Amino acid sequence: MNGKVLILCLLPFTAQAQGFAGLGAEAGDFAVPQPDPQFDFPTDHGAHPDYRIEWWYVTANLEAADGTPYGLQWTLFRSALAPETQAGWNDPQLWMGHAAVTTPEAHFVTERIARGGIGQAGVVADPFEAWIDDWRMSGIDTGQLTASGPDFAYDVTLEATGPLIFQGEDGYSVKSAAGQASYYYSQPFYEVTGTLTLPEGEIEVTGNAWLDREWSSQPLAETQTGWDWFSLSFDDGAKMMGFRLRQTDGADFTSATWIAPDGTATPFNDALAATPLETSDVAGRAVPTAWQVQLPERGVDVTVQAINPQAWMDTSVPYWEGPVTVTGSHDGRGYLEMTGYE
Amino acid sequence: MLLSVTDLRKTYTTGDGVVTVLDGVDLSLGAGETLALTGESGSGKSTLLHLVGGLDEADAGRILLDGQDLTAMDDVSRAGMRRGTVGVIFQQFNLIPSLRVEDNISFQARLAGQHDAGWCADLAERMGLTPQLRKYPEQLSGGQQQRVAIARTLAPRPRLVLADEPTGNLDEETAAQVLALMLELVTDTGAGLLMVTHSHDLAARMERQVHLARGRIA
Amino acid sequence: MTRATLQALLSHWIRNPLQLFTLLAGLALATALWSGVQAINAEAAASYDAAAATLGEGTYDQIVARDGGSIPQETYVALRRAGWLVSPVVEGRLSGVRIVGLDPLTAPGGLGPVDPVDTDIAAFLSGAGQIFGQAEVLAGLAELDAQRIEAPDVAPGTAITDIGLAQGLLGLDGQVTRMIVSPEQPLGRPDLAQVAPDVTVQAAQAGSDLGRLTDSFHLNLTAFGLLSFAVGIFIVNGAIGLAFEQRRPVVRTLRALGLPLRRLMALMALELTAMALIAGTLGVALGYVIASLLLPDVAATLGGLYGQSVSGTLQLRPAWWLSGLAVALLGTGLAAAAAFWRLARMPLLASGQRRALTVVAGRAAWVQGAVALVLLAVAGLLALTANGLVAGFALLGTLLIGAALALPLILDRVLALAEGAARSLRAQWFWADTRQQLPGLSLALAALLLAMAANVGVSTMVSSFRLTFSGFLDQRLASELYVTAEDEAQAEALVAFAAPRTRAILPIQSAEAQVRDLPTEVLGARIGPTYVDNWTFLASVPDPWARIAEGSGVAINEQLSRRTGLDLGDAVQLQGRSFTVAGIYGDYGNPIGQAILTEPVFAGLYPQVTPLQFGLRLDLEDVAALRAALTREVGISEGNLIDQAGIKQFSLDVFDRTFMVTTALNVLTLAVAGFAILMSLLTLAALRLPQLAPAWAMGMTRRSLGVVELVRAVMLAVFTAVVALPLGLALAWALLAVVNVAAFGWKLPMFLFPADYARLGLFALGAAALAALWPAWRLARTPPADLLKVFSNER
Repeated sequence: MNGKVLILCLLPFTAQAQGFAGLGAEAGDFAVPQPDPQFDFPTDHGAHPDYRIEWWYVTANLEAADGTPYGLQWTLFRSALAPETQAGWNDPQLWMGHAAVTTPEAHFVTERIARGGIGQAGVVADPFEAWIDDWRMSGIDTGQLTASGPDFAYDVTLEATGPLIFQGEDGYSVKSAAGQASYYYSQPFYEVTGTLTLPEGEIEVTGNAWLDREWSSQPLAETQTGWDWFSLSFDDGAKMMGFRLRQTDGADFTSATWIAPDGTATPFNDALAATPLETSDVAGRAVPTAWQVQLPERGVDVTVQAINPQAWMDTSVPYWEGPVTVTGSHDGRGYLEMTGYE
Repeated sequence: MLLSVTDLRKTYTTGDGVVTVLDGVDLSLGAGETLALTGESGSGKSTLLHLVGGLDEADAGRILLDGQDLTAMDDVSRAGMRRGTVGVIFQQFNLIPSLRVEDNISFQARLAGQHDAGWCADLAERMGLTPQLRKYPEQLSGGQQQRVAIARTLAPRPRLVLADEPTGNLDEETAAQVLALMLELVTDTGAGLLMVTHSHDLAARMERQVHLARGRIA
Repeated sequence: MTRATLQALLSHWIRNPLQLFTLLAGLALATALWSGVQAINAEAAASYDAAAATLGEGTYDQIVARDGGSIPQETYVALRRAGWLVSPVVEGRLSGVRIVGLDPLTAPGGLGPVDPVDTDIAAFLSGAGQIFGQAEVLAGLAELDAQRIEAPDVAPGTAITDIGLAQGLLGLDGQVTRMIVSPEQPLGRPDLAQVAPDVTVQAAQAGSDLGRLTDSFHLNLTAFGLLSFAVGIFIVNGAIGLAFEQRRPVVRTLRALGLPLRRLMALMALELTAMALIAGTLGVALGYVIASLLLPDVAATLGGLYGQSVSGTLQLRPAWWLSGLAVALLGTGLAAAAAFWRLARMPLLASGQRRALTVVAGRAAWVQGAVALVLLAVAGLLALTANGLVAGFALLGTLLIGAALALPLILDRVLALAEGAARSLRAQWFWADTRQQLPGLSLALAALLLAMAANVGVSTMVSSFRLTFSGFLDQRLASELYVTAEDEAQAEALVAFAAPRTRAILPIQSAEAQVRDLPTEVLGARIGPTYVDNWTFLASVPDPWARIAEGSGVAINEQLSRRTGLDLGDAVQLQGRSFTVAGIYGDYGNPIGQAILTEPVFAGLYPQVTPLQFGLRLDLEDVAALRAALTREVGISEGNLIDQAGIKQFSLDVFDRTFMVTTALNVLTLAVAGFAILMSLLTLAALRLPQLAPAWAMGMTRRSLGVVELVRAVMLAVFTAVVALPLGLALAWALLAVVNVAAFGWKLPMFLFPADYARLGLFALGAAALAALWPAWRLARTPPADLLKVFSNER
């Protein structure tokens, strides 16, 4: 029997095939994000079991001493069967971890799934720790990040050099014209040092990381089939987050946040344009791996190119996630995530 | 001419070497004509009959039956000739033991696709078999069985009837009756009759007699 | 043309219903034997697959507690958090059902045999939960709140549910029984001992040991399946041959009347196919009946021997339905191929006489003899070198087929010698006539040979097994009374109470260990006269118990010795200490290794083990009184008191049940062989009239001809039995010394049981005589006219 099939049946966001990975499902008894959020830290670094889905999402652009670029991903998803939590096996909170390292030639990926309630996986707000099995993220301002798979492992330290960024309207990120939204904040100012363990041996790396924190109960509209998400760091110190949500009617919903080098964030709705330039054959599908990304309000007109077009996340819910280079009006690097390419 | 046999030759290989059975036989028979083929045991008369009946293949020579060259035919075509054009009456009757008399009578006609229920009933009637129609061959006497075999042979209205010692297994009185019936019916249907026998009495009742000795017409 | 021909062909069967019956019955019997054995095998195998899928045993390494108990859940979490990809399993019994609790999120095999497509995992994980199992298991769990879902592929007697629910049901909150180790582990994982010193990894082999044991039982059954297939092919061949022989004259007539040969063959093939399908269906149904009659015994056998549960009820599995029909068709096709070949080559003008059979002669006999010799030579070579199951079965196969091929040649020689030695004319005629009949009977006789040899071989194996085993029980169950205490306090009270009332108290204590990677049970023995007097070793140094008692020696069982290559004088490492093998003992029926240390050494190595089980030595007549006293004074429950006679009887019962199945199959095989003889004789009867008629004409009465027929059949059976005996013994040797060692890990001594063989021989003669009775009776009543016809028909 195929364990994956089982897991697919199990994850609530795939049980109903609405939107990508079921993210368009009705919220039901779960809490729903409201405008004008008041965040409370450190508590909000922790889990929000009343909401159906939540993630702690770290991506990093790294470089070895010889200049080779690497990408790193560490993600902990929380997915709830019911809006409650309790000790023991009956805890309806389920956890899923994805970890990956991308090199120009290879893409290593692995997955963990666990139940809450017994200590195998979870998040503690203060002192901050998020974990599943032996994978760990500890500390928000200064932290450590570890993961391991059958053919790779990593152990890096994170050092925040800027403030938290609140996406959308002060952390209330609208995802559709119908008003679906999530709470969404980021820490895009991590400096990273650490070690990647790959089949060829250990590699010392340095670079930058970006943490996304997002929680919701129905983040997508039913008619939205997937998204293309960009986190770009320009050489001049500015950063930009932007996403395009694809709808079944062919129209797009876009949103972007411009982050000045000092951490000032400006949201833009329907201002971002993301156009595929070329596609690659990835895991039997055509996936766009080069993009033209434009934000005219900030004079951005760049080409975003995957460092490794084959950065396919062959996990229970498959998607594309990998490091990119940025050239054009602005130079830099970043991460690209694409979902819903069947 | 119904049957025309020209320079027919046949040899067999046995443990004692090659035996020549037919050594250039010429023979002809018209429609409605009756012919007796006599000869000693081993003279080749049965072999000649089998060749004419399409039961065996000649080594050389020609057999023209109703204008068709039997010697040039393959096994399937010869089987076709056996079904409709030529009928053989055997000494051992060779009835199908598991079929009733009526089914045995109509069997060959059905094989040939020329079944005529009225004609079969007529044949049975004239052969005196009507009371026996529902019986099985093993319940009949030898004479009755041979009458069934004769009726079966005549049912598809063959152009040529071949008989191989047809009364050889019957007592004298029965033999006479059966022979009379056979001659009468063959004559009525207008078929030619070639009968192998070693009895001069029987041979005498045919229009022509041919004597075979050492594979040749004497 | 087709209709008329079909009518002629089919009317044959209507006029000869007996022939139709023998043909259909022969085919159906052969199919039944095959599919019956297959059904039992398929059913049992399906049960094992389900069990294996549930447990992940044999496929995955397992982590178990060193002390054999349960593992705290914290250990599981600690292992996961250290990077060990393990999945927890909790197991226990509830209302007689084995409850298996799994965590589907981490289990490498998911929910095992539960089909994921129809499964609502959210419901499985939360709320009242779900329980999967076969219908009868679920019926026994009716009082539970959980949703009960029928899952036919779950092992019998087992229910699968979520680990959380199972912990609650079994009263094992916060505990796991064992952990399944995922085959793919991440980099940088620390040593197990560093994370969890109280647990140990059991290699997947521990599971497959069980698999191997049960495999050997299946191999046993499979061997029977193959044998019955061979016997079945013989019988089908006989039946088809008979049908063709009987219809040769009709075939000739049909062709003379103008039916093309190809059309005739096509129609006959169609007819046979229809018959094969009808008989095959009947046979499968019959096989189902055989299997359902035998299955409870098989289930009991497996349950008793190996602690495996097999469902006692049979499911109609498409696999053996189809294989049954395929065998019927294949067997018919094989048998008919020869008949068709002869039919196609039969000249149209061949004498209507049925074919007279002649002695296998010249080239054909040479080829057959050469093939038989080669096969027997290969068998001899294998006997010297074979090790492993495949080689073992190759040995059985070459031996059987070689002997079957050699049999007609041997019989022919014997008959030729007898003919030469015969004094009277009549005796000479008898031998010559028998010799002439031999080719027609040789298939049936080969079937009888195989059936008899299998009988001898299996009964030798069974009886040797039983004899060895009961001796072994005497050795291992020396104590008169066995008592289990519920806890340490009761154990102390028990010892204090029993000490003055018994000759000796022998604690039974064990710990699990790995010796050269083989799971091994270490026993601590209180060495005394019980051991010194009763134990026999397969091999030992002088005075082995003294060596063990002084602390330097260890006794190991044969399994441990064979699988690890340990021999006398070799060192065995246990808990870091080294012991010298002082003796190797037989340990029948045990799947794992065993090692015996003296009690003080054992206590030093495994201080955590305190004995709760004791063997008490006392006079037999005092057993009943002590039983009563222990219950009354110490509070030992009846269920925890077992007297030796009871255990022994139970163990022997288990063995006897095992072999009831084999015996039943043996009897069936013999019956089928008898049927093959009957059919061959019926086939020959008509052919032989021309050969018998002269004897009748020369003054033998029909009655004496019949008697001669009967005597002949019995005599041929006797000759066959004489050949079958050594063949059967060779078979037994191969089963005991090659197959058994490969399958079970121990070698059984072979004993001979002449009385059994005599009885089997009589059975075989009885079967042959019974089979010959009817043809002989028919011959005795042949109408003189039929005999006379022989002469009148000869021209």
